[in-house]
Amino acid sequence: MPAGTLYRGREGMWSWVAHRVTGVLIFFFLFVHVLDTALVRVSPEAYDKVVATYKTPIVALLEYGLVAAILFHALNGLRVIAVDFWSNGPRHQKKMLWIVLGVWVVLMIGALYPVLGHAVRELWGS
Amino acid sequence: MSTTETTASGIGPVEGSGTLSGYSPENPAPLIEPPRKRTKKTPKSTRGNFEMAAWLFMRLSGIVLVVLVIGHLLIQLVLDGGVSKIGFAFVAGRWASPFWQVWDLLMLWLAMLHGANGLRTVINDYAERANTRLWLKGLLYTATVFTILLGTLVIFTFDPNIR
Ligand code: HEM
Ligand code: HEM
Repeated sequence: MPAGTLYRGREGMWSWVAHRVTGVLIFFFLFVHVLDTALVRVSPEAYDKVVATYKTPIVALLEYGLVAAILFHALNGLRVIAVDFWSNGPRHQKKMLWIVLGVWVVLMIGALYPVLGHAVRELWGS
Repeated sequence: MSTTETTASGIGPVEGSGTLSGYSPENPAPLIEPPRKRTKKTPKSTRGNFEMAAWLFMRLSGIVLVVLVIGHLLIQLVLDGGVSKIGFAFVAGRWASPFWQVWDLLMLWLAMLHGANGLRTVINDYAERANTRLWLKGLLYTATVFTILLGTLVIFTFDPNIR
């Protein structure tokens, strides 16, 4: 680690940190995801057994977290691209970060029911 | 305030400039080369433009991945009953179509290469000892090649009648 750095950036630094953390998380997820999908070459039973665990409430919460990571990384990635290629990008970078966070919140609220609904029904009946 | 008017430029006449400098079209000032200018003597770069290509690839693949990955999440987690519908039969139905085979193949390659290149940057940033970098990157590249090959093989050899 670059030890003892005193740099404490503002929004720009934190969005960069979050972009990095989410990118690394998604990469590790993808590695495991290709392994579990490969079970379709073993047997239908092996695949279905593993996928069954993905339908449990706890994993549903993890899936919601994955969606959160992907959506942030994707939206902020588009912002980074806009800063790099759009001549007015750097001037609007902060405004664009707030737009990214706004869209992210809206999409996360929209994802609540589709991703977590079945877990809620399983835990609290009906 | 009147002072703002008199010192509008903030800088007095610069010594040795203007008509007093002694330079004229007949006696031009010596040309100073820009410090980083490439000349014939500049050594040829031996590394090519790999880092620039990698930088560009991150952005181009990112744009394509927005469509591929968010589309994938929509199909797997939101539409048609969400995660509950997933199973061997569901995958068999999807990979019966070349369109989704190509979709998944492209997503696999782009996401793995994009992620691996991103992790290469992260390793370069934090692993300070040359040896540590070497080992971490060796591990990263091995895992990446393995995952891409396995995923590709699975898409192309999928057999709905495995049993
Ligand atoms: C929790 C959320 C996710 C679920 C439930 C899910 C589900 C699936 C399923 C059922 C398949 C089988 C093929 C198909 O139906 O297309 C698949 C394949 C695949 N998914 Fe996902 N997926 C998820 C998230 C992701 C994410 C975030 C990525 C990319 C970063 C991704 C990348 C892939 C790839 C590359 C394949 C092809 C695998 C192969 O070649 O063997 N998935 N996924
Ligand atoms: C969904 C669409 C995506 C977009 C628009 C996107 C965009 C970007 C961009 C523009 C960068 C470069 C950032 C920079 O140079 O500062 C980047 C970095 C990165 N991305 Fe993505 N990406 C996407 C998906 C993914 C996926 C699926 C993964 C994992 C497999 C991933 C992992 C990473 C990693 C690890 C980095 C390096 C972060 C860093 O150096 O700090 N990204 N992404």
